[in-house]
Amino acid sequence: MFPKGTKRKFSDSGDEPAAGGEDVNQPSSVAVRMLSSYSLQRQSLLDMSLIKLQLCHMLVEPNLCRSVLIANTVRQIQEEMTQDGTWQIMTQALSAANAAAQCSADRLVATEVLCRQTEATQGEQVLKPFPAVGSEGCPAEEEVVVEEEGEGGVTMSTVSPQAPTSYLPGTFGMDPCWEEENGEDEEEDEDSEECGSGSEEGDSDRLVEDSRTAEQVFGTFEIKNPAPSPDPALEELFSDVDASYYDLDTVLTGMQSAPKMGPYDLLESLSSHGPSPLSSSTSCRSDLNELDHIMEIIVGS
Amino acid sequence: MLNPIQVLCSDITSLSLEPEPFASYTEADIISTVEFNHTGELLATGDKGGRVVIFQREPEGKTEPFSQGEYNVYNTFQSHEPEFDYLKSLEIEEKINKIRWLPQQNAAHFLLSTNDKTVKLWKVSERDKRPEGYNLKDEEGRMKNLSTVTSLQVPVLKPMDLMVEVSPRRVFANAHTYHVNSISVNSDHETYMSADDLRINLWHLGITNRSFNIVDIKPVNMEDLTEVITAAEFHPHHCNLLVYSSSKGTLRLCDMREAALCDKHSKLFEEPEDPSNRSFFSEIISSVSDVKFSHSGRYLLTRDYLTAKVWDLNMENKPLEIYQVHEYLRSKLCSLYENDCIFDKFECVWNGSDSVIMTGAYNNFFRMFDRNTNRDVTLEASRESSKPRAVLKPRRVCQGGKRRKDDISVDSLDFTKKILHTAWHPTENIIAIAATNNLYIFQDKLNQEMHG
Repeated sequence: MFPKGTKRKFSDSGDEPAAGGEDVNQPSSVAVRMLSSYSLQRQSLLDMSLIKLQLCHMLVEPNLCRSVLIANTVRQIQEEMTQDGTWQIMTQALSAANAAAQCSADRLVATEVLCRQTEATQGEQVLKPFPAVGSEGCPAEEEVVVEEEGEGGVTMSTVSPQAPTSYLPGTFGMDPCWEEENGEDEEEDEDSEECGSGSEEGDSDRLVEDSRTAEQVFGTFEIKNPAPSPDPALEELFSDVDASYYDLDTVLTGMQSAPKMGPYDLLESLSSHGPSPLSSSTSCRSDLNELDHIMEIIVGS
Repeated sequence: MLNPIQVLCSDITSLSLEPEPFASYTEADIISTVEFNHTGELLATGDKGGRVVIFQREPEGKTEPFSQGEYNVYNTFQSHEPEFDYLKSLEIEEKINKIRWLPQQNAAHFLLSTNDKTVKLWKVSERDKRPEGYNLKDEEGRMKNLSTVTSLQVPVLKPMDLMVEVSPRRVFANAHTYHVNSISVNSDHETYMSADDLRINLWHLGITNRSFNIVDIKPVNMEDLTEVITAAEFHPHHCNLLVYSSSKGTLRLCDMREAALCDKHSKLFEEPEDPSNRSFFSEIISSVSDVKFSHSGRYLLTRDYLTAKVWDLNMENKPLEIYQVHEYLRSKLCSLYENDCIFDKFECVWNGSDSVIMTGAYNNFFRMFDRNTNRDVTLEASRESSKPRAVLKPRRVCQGGKRRKDDISVDSLDFTKKILHTAWHPTENIIAIAATNNLYIFQDKLNQEMHG
């Protein structure tokens, strides 16, 4: 189920224990293996849960009980990851990666590939990206390096392990699926939405914002935006788009802001203006066109 | 290991009501609820397409000894239609979530059926006579030519072919923001409750434009929502008591005499968590999918994902009995979470004497537990068992290790075939099992022989 990646150790300089190596090393390597397996599973579970929260029937109101249970599971995992420091490291890595602002292109590409896979099958293939991006062992010693631009989405594993894990939730950011017209749009939004927009905020804020995840999920059970209109993004433009959009949680939910604004916000947050990195992504282009159209309407020209 | 249990429905004979083998079905045909009425004479099923089918038990006849006790279709009607909520831009499914019969008070039968949002009261009545000999109308109902009327006659009732009429008497709408999961008729026969994910409303059967909210667990901020109501039921004898279960595995007994809003429970039934079994799925599998009072009113039966539990109303800190329905699934929880099966809501039922409990499982298996002898049996609702008077053979799921003939291994279980809805006749050993689009009715052979 999980690939056998390169095993890394916590504190040592990473030397693989020789076959039949010293006894001192053996228990720790076993422990690391177990820990990494657990982390992998936990991460996989987190990713799966986030997808579940997002992928829902468009036309019928989703099952509240199921959503609550999944959200509680996500919260539980996040709390545990916070406790052992994994969460903080992830978000720090993420914000550092953002500052680098280097990976937007391949991230988007990767996202697109991921989303396409998700789109294909809900069940079986969901786990496929995860092994590639699951963090192995304690990422504490991992450098935040964004690399391998050219290899495309499939080789997400080559990107820094933290980065994938941190932007995977965002990749499957919970678009207001019940606000969108159809699955096609939803997938496109996922493609364009910047998954990896982390925040520089601290850990405690993280937990607070996590709860807002729930609000965004459950808030839709109260009142939702009207059905697809000629300009579906128009409504969302006037929903509360605030700075928290760039937070991990907002990305997790994708509820607050206009997904179709994704590319623009993405660019702003990464301070890499200009659509050139995105020119390869056709979905982004169509979104940009749509955004132009919307802006025209707002401006009234 | 298990011989057919003599005390239970041993030698169960089956009466299947879906004669066509391997008939393809649409999703609308999936049965979503099954319920006997209070005498057991009628059996109602609701499906995903919003239809209700009522079966009636044929009275015992001397001419055909094997046909007595058979359930035949009595009436079919469309209870709910798909709707569209314009405010939220969402469809409202017409799927019938629950049917509850009212106790019979006159010749007609009444039942409540509900979808996600609206409860309806239906009157089921028979007509076997019709008036003939009107003065102003002729036989076809056309107005007579008055000049031909020379004398007055008194219309008389003449027998006619039995006609079963179903008419909607009340529509209880616009009271639920969330999805209705339970309805329960009160023992006072005047009121009933409807429960959705966050609220429980009390209605009077005669009044449709007003209902009272008696339980509300909606938090001020939806972001704080961590628990929902999963099922609710009135006490069978005490009209002031009701119980509701939650997604966190708790049961709350509420007394309506205490306050108008029963947010504060009278009793809280919760089993302390077993730390050794703790996992990320602990909460999900502890979510109670169904709760039923025993006929005596003394006990509660609950179903969570892996177990069925019997609680004593007088003991809140732990259940009286715990029955493992399919413990072999515990190691598969991750896969079951992935394919969403972990969210399946299984129902549970008591038999008439509260000595046996029954609940469904996967692979079209259902389980019965005898509380007195502590024996249990696994049976399958399948085409093979549907041949009339075929005896059901106990099934067994093996988890590796010794495997006997006819055992099913855990990995070959079909998780798309789930028995979520079952019903037990109020007094006799007759059970109704809903397997996707098929309804199976099994009878105790002993029972049948006594009547034959």
